[in-house]
Amino acid sequence: MSVRDDKDSLKRTPLYNLHLSLGGKMVPFAGYDMPVQYPAGVLKEHLHTRASAGLFDVSHMGQIALRPKSGRIEDAARALERLVPQDIVAIAKGRQRYAQFTNADGGILDDLMVANFGDHLFLVVNAACKEQDAAHLRANLSDTCIIDSLDDRALIALQGPKAESALAKLCAAAPAMTFMDAGPHIVAGIKCFVSRSGYTGEDGFEISVPAADAERFAKTLLENPDVMPIGLGARDSLRLEAGLCLYGHDIDTTTTPVEAALEWSVQKSRRSGGARAGGFPGADKILGHFDHGAPRRRVGLRAEGRAPVREGALLFAAGEGGEPIGQVTSGGFGPSLNAPVAMGYVPAASSALETKLFAEVRGQRLPLQVAAMPFVKNTYKR
Amino acid sequence: MTTTLYTSDHEWLAIDGDIATVGITDYAQSQLGDVVFVELPKVGRALKKAEAAAVVESVKAASDVYAPISGEVVESNEALAAEPALVNSDAQGAAWFFKMKIADKSELGGLMDEAAYKAHTA
Repeated sequence: MSVRDDKDSLKRTPLYNLHLSLGGKMVPFAGYDMPVQYPAGVLKEHLHTRASAGLFDVSHMGQIALRPKSGRIEDAARALERLVPQDIVAIAKGRQRYAQFTNADGGILDDLMVANFGDHLFLVVNAACKEQDAAHLRANLSDTCIIDSLDDRALIALQGPKAESALAKLCAAAPAMTFMDAGPHIVAGIKCFVSRSGYTGEDGFEISVPAADAERFAKTLLENPDVMPIGLGARDSLRLEAGLCLYGHDIDTTTTPVEAALEWSVQKSRRSGGARAGGFPGADKILGHFDHGAPRRRVGLRAEGRAPVREGALLFAAGEGGEPIGQVTSGGFGPSLNAPVAMGYVPAASSALETKLFAEVRGQRLPLQVAAMPFVKNTYKR
Repeated sequence: MTTTLYTSDHEWLAIDGDIATVGITDYAQSQLGDVVFVELPKVGRALKKAEAAAVVESVKAASDVYAPISGEVVESNEALAAEPALVNSDAQGAAWFFKMKIADKSELGGLMDEAAYKAHTA
């Protein structure tokens, strides 16, 4: 009974009917009824994406346009820099960058993509955070920007080594794009926003499509025998192998970007001594972590055995005794590695590669090693 | 002569004298998806009815397999450690989990026959 009530309150993406017709197994995720897998199953969907091309419905994610009231894109970029530790001013027209909204404690409110579309910034944020993010933007940037939640758009990711050839059939401009290029393009006759990016570690694209055209667009891509629909299950195992963070699990309001090993995403201009150092929420704490090191770090973990080590497993320095030193934040089986993979937080002193640790699984301590991420080499088209 | 019985938790038991062979049903494996890891009870372990006896893991999640009846484990299916995917391809045959010596035959009375199990999963 309660299950039906829950289902009734769930939102649907513009591809909901397509998921049902494809045999998607629907589950609640971030308030949406989403396909966790199709009849092929998580394992085959994962491997197909790495070998060919996978189509993912990520329409539950938030798409937000940040339009400068002055008409000058630099004004929107400077305004957004008040909320994120990234250099937004330096994002060239037609380019995209990974960013985080931080809080006063230096924690992460959400992670997002920011693209410069020439006359406005285009943001893609997490589904579970999108209302909160829009409110945060309105509360802080309304003096300079119009914050426009683009609720009438679907978002479709096409990922894998054959994503380029599949999209090229519908958009002649696609092959010339490189990793993190982003901008408006006509795809299959539809006005889309296309970025060369994704969440799998593979080359690929994310395509924002008007909701009314989304099903026709997805069906056109799926007519290509290289393209298979992929559910949230494989999306999770693919991003885990790629070492990418899942908000609410690997990063949250208690983790700084430095603790989360995301320093690469904070440009020098915003760090101590940079041209626009600080000036974002939690700057003291975050720049302190840059300057003096963070007390704990997100690390990759490889198990010696075959048993998957999952989210929540406590980490120990020794096989017996002692208090836990950390915790696994994401973990499971990596189909491409044919082995368990995990990530979690450990004290800085235990974060060096090849440090031996133990994870408690069903009362037993299983040996692990700190390992480099990504676990599977990424194939971005640079 | 063996009789196959089922639990509401989707385990099957093939009863042959005082030995029960235990596995998960084809329905259960179809719900779990691709099995990537199986943890089995050690030979000699005394299982109490309804206690967690084994673990079966798919890419996405771990699920407990409960002892359908009480008894001592007399054999574990080592083939599953090397090839967990057997659970998907032959759940009610080659992918048996463990064999146990039945402690109390009266516990079998609470289990379902095939017709009742089919109705349970319908």
